[in-house]
Amino acid sequence: MNLNDWIKNNTIHHSQFWDIKKLVEEKEKQGLKISLCLPTLNEEKTIGKEIVMFKSELMDRYPLIDEIAVIDSGSSDSTREIASTFGADVYLSADILPQYGEKKGKGENLWKAVYELTGDIIVYVDADIKNIHPRFAYGLVAPLIYRPEVHYVKAFYDRPLAFSQGVRPSGGGRVTEILTRPLFSLFFPDLTGLIQPLSGEYAVRREVLEAIPFPIGYGVETSHLIDVYKKWGMEAIAQVDLDQRVHRNQETRDLGKMAFGILRAFLFRAEKLGVIGKLPELNTLLRQFQAKDETFEQVCYEIVEEERPPMIELPEYRKKFGIK
Amino acid sequence: MKTKFSSIEEILDQLPELPDQLAGIQETLIANLIMLSEIPAPTFEEAARIKLQLQRMVECGLHNVSTDEAGNGVGIIRGKNPKRNILLVAHADSVYSEKADHTLSVRADEIIGPGVSDNSLGMAVLATLPSMLETLGIEFDANLILLGSTKGLGRGNLDGLRFFMENNRLPFDAGICIEGAQLGRLSYTAQGMFRGLISCKLPEELAWQRVGENSAIIALNDVINRILEIPVPRRPKTSIVLGAIRGGKSYNIMATQSSLRFEVRSDSAEIVEEIQKRINDIIADIASVYNADIHFEIVSSREPGGIDIGHPLVKSCRSVMEKLGLEPNISPSMSEVSELIGRGLPAVTLGITEASNLHDLDETIRIKPIYTGLAQLIAMLFAIDGGFCNEPE
Repeated sequence: MNLNDWIKNNTIHHSQFWDIKKLVEEKEKQGLKISLCLPTLNEEKTIGKEIVMFKSELMDRYPLIDEIAVIDSGSSDSTREIASTFGADVYLSADILPQYGEKKGKGENLWKAVYELTGDIIVYVDADIKNIHPRFAYGLVAPLIYRPEVHYVKAFYDRPLAFSQGVRPSGGGRVTEILTRPLFSLFFPDLTGLIQPLSGEYAVRREVLEAIPFPIGYGVETSHLIDVYKKWGMEAIAQVDLDQRVHRNQETRDLGKMAFGILRAFLFRAEKLGVIGKLPELNTLLRQFQAKDETFEQVCYEIVEEERPPMIELPEYRKKFGIK
Repeated sequence: MKTKFSSIEEILDQLPELPDQLAGIQETLIANLIMLSEIPAPTFEEAARIKLQLQRMVECGLHNVSTDEAGNGVGIIRGKNPKRNILLVAHADSVYSEKADHTLSVRADEIIGPGVSDNSLGMAVLATLPSMLETLGIEFDANLILLGSTKGLGRGNLDGLRFFMENNRLPFDAGICIEGAQLGRLSYTAQGMFRGLISCKLPEELAWQRVGENSAIIALNDVINRILEIPVPRRPKTSIVLGAIRGGKSYNIMATQSSLRFEVRSDSAEIVEEIQKRINDIIADIASVYNADIHFEIVSSREPGGIDIGHPLVKSCRSVMEKLGLEPNISPSMSEVSELIGRGLPAVTLGITEASNLHDLDETIRIKPIYTGLAQLIAMLFAIDGGFCNEPE
């Protein structure tokens, strides 16, 4: 499939899946179980609303989702209390597979969710979305239910508030456009078909999630896309337009850390796949500047993009899910 | 649960258990609240919010779900007796323009956002009532007519509800107007009222030599001073509220335009009329002094009226509130209930929960008291349905 065909066939608008009743019937026919995972770290302002919305609309009204789990990295606010009040299963990331230690990062929570949650499909939704709507979950799950060849569905958001002409620039955020897209263009051109490769909302089949490694930090999305593409091809990936997403805006400085983590994960992946030659030992310190009166000083952040192995390699996982 | 009662006391006996039984509906109610509240619905632009309300009603299997020419949203929960009807009204419009950020924030014990109390919660209760009754296994004898009314606030002047009342042919036993706040509110009377807008315009050619003598602000100031000189009796209870003034452009520019929004209320229709006449006289006088174009417009008005405190509907409300540990806060209303009462329909306004920061962007409602508010509503529906709120023949 060439890239234009892929974009045409595998880019879908969520409104195609408005009939949730039909979606539930199809899901039940296939005997699928679906889990929703919300990775959190201090999200008390938005988590309650997300859980209420998903539970009411996609569990009580239409039984599309079978479990809603919050995997928390140790929030110091009342994220866990609120989540539990509104009926989510709440887990502290450190309590899942404690024998493997605790690492800090969103990817860690996503990886542990693969062990803890029981669904055949896991849909990950970031917990900082202000304009939460059931489409954030059903829109991502639907292509997996209707199209067996699709394994990994990524969200993107494209709904300009005002635009006068027919053609408009469209794409991802700052890190996507100045880092990820140029990297994909250089080394994995097919993946440039993804409009927002770094979006934190995606639904994936278990057989994919258990078979790929998880960088624990910022690189998890980039790394996943490369792995899924290499193992299952572009046919296995789809992207769904979920209209608009309102969330916190990040400081450029924080985006620098994100870019550093993504770049490290990308380089390791590219080296492992033989796309680039052997890398020298990469530094783990990101150096940024801050000014104090007339003097400039460097601020260093250590960003180690560690990686968790494919879950299927863990004996605990194989035992829990009856894999011989 | 028991759904047939031979006296109001039997209903009251069952009341203490109701709030806990209703807690199971929490997610549905809050999800409806979020979705309804996040759709902007300034007065005259309620269509999108009404559309969602109707969609929810259709999903619950309600009959005769429709909109009318005024844009009202109506759904019917069928009872066993097709000849009896109880009207439940929540106004769909809010005071916020579509430019305001309508996002709600849900905390463990409260929900925050513009209009969440006035009146998204009222709308959410209407949208959730079918699921609530199904969960509790309640079927009434009378039909419940659920009306999301449009054009209620400000210049809307209750036009949506008025249209519905003028054009539907259903006989109603009673009406309940649902407002988000405050829990314990009991309104069954309406004061006479008018809301006025005074706009003052002066010619553009203003000379610096005449600073202080001629400005739309100075002219309006004189109008205000004269309004404040109008004697306001304590009985019948009467008040003049100067709500908002606008005028001028900047520090050093003479104001050529100004406006005043105000409200006059009284238990006496004659006094309301008298005050209106005096304001007309004041304006004519000041306009001639300043050579200004001063315009006085009545934006909305209500006739005073109400049902008696001894009416069985009011007595039942008080008994229900007292049983739930609520202190009834009796106050006259300018809102939907006044329109129903004015047409001779026994009606009350009930509040659903405790709220604060009303009409601010951080309007806040408390979650837990909602279940007491809902228990109150359901008990009142039982009371009306059971015929315990009818006046003796």
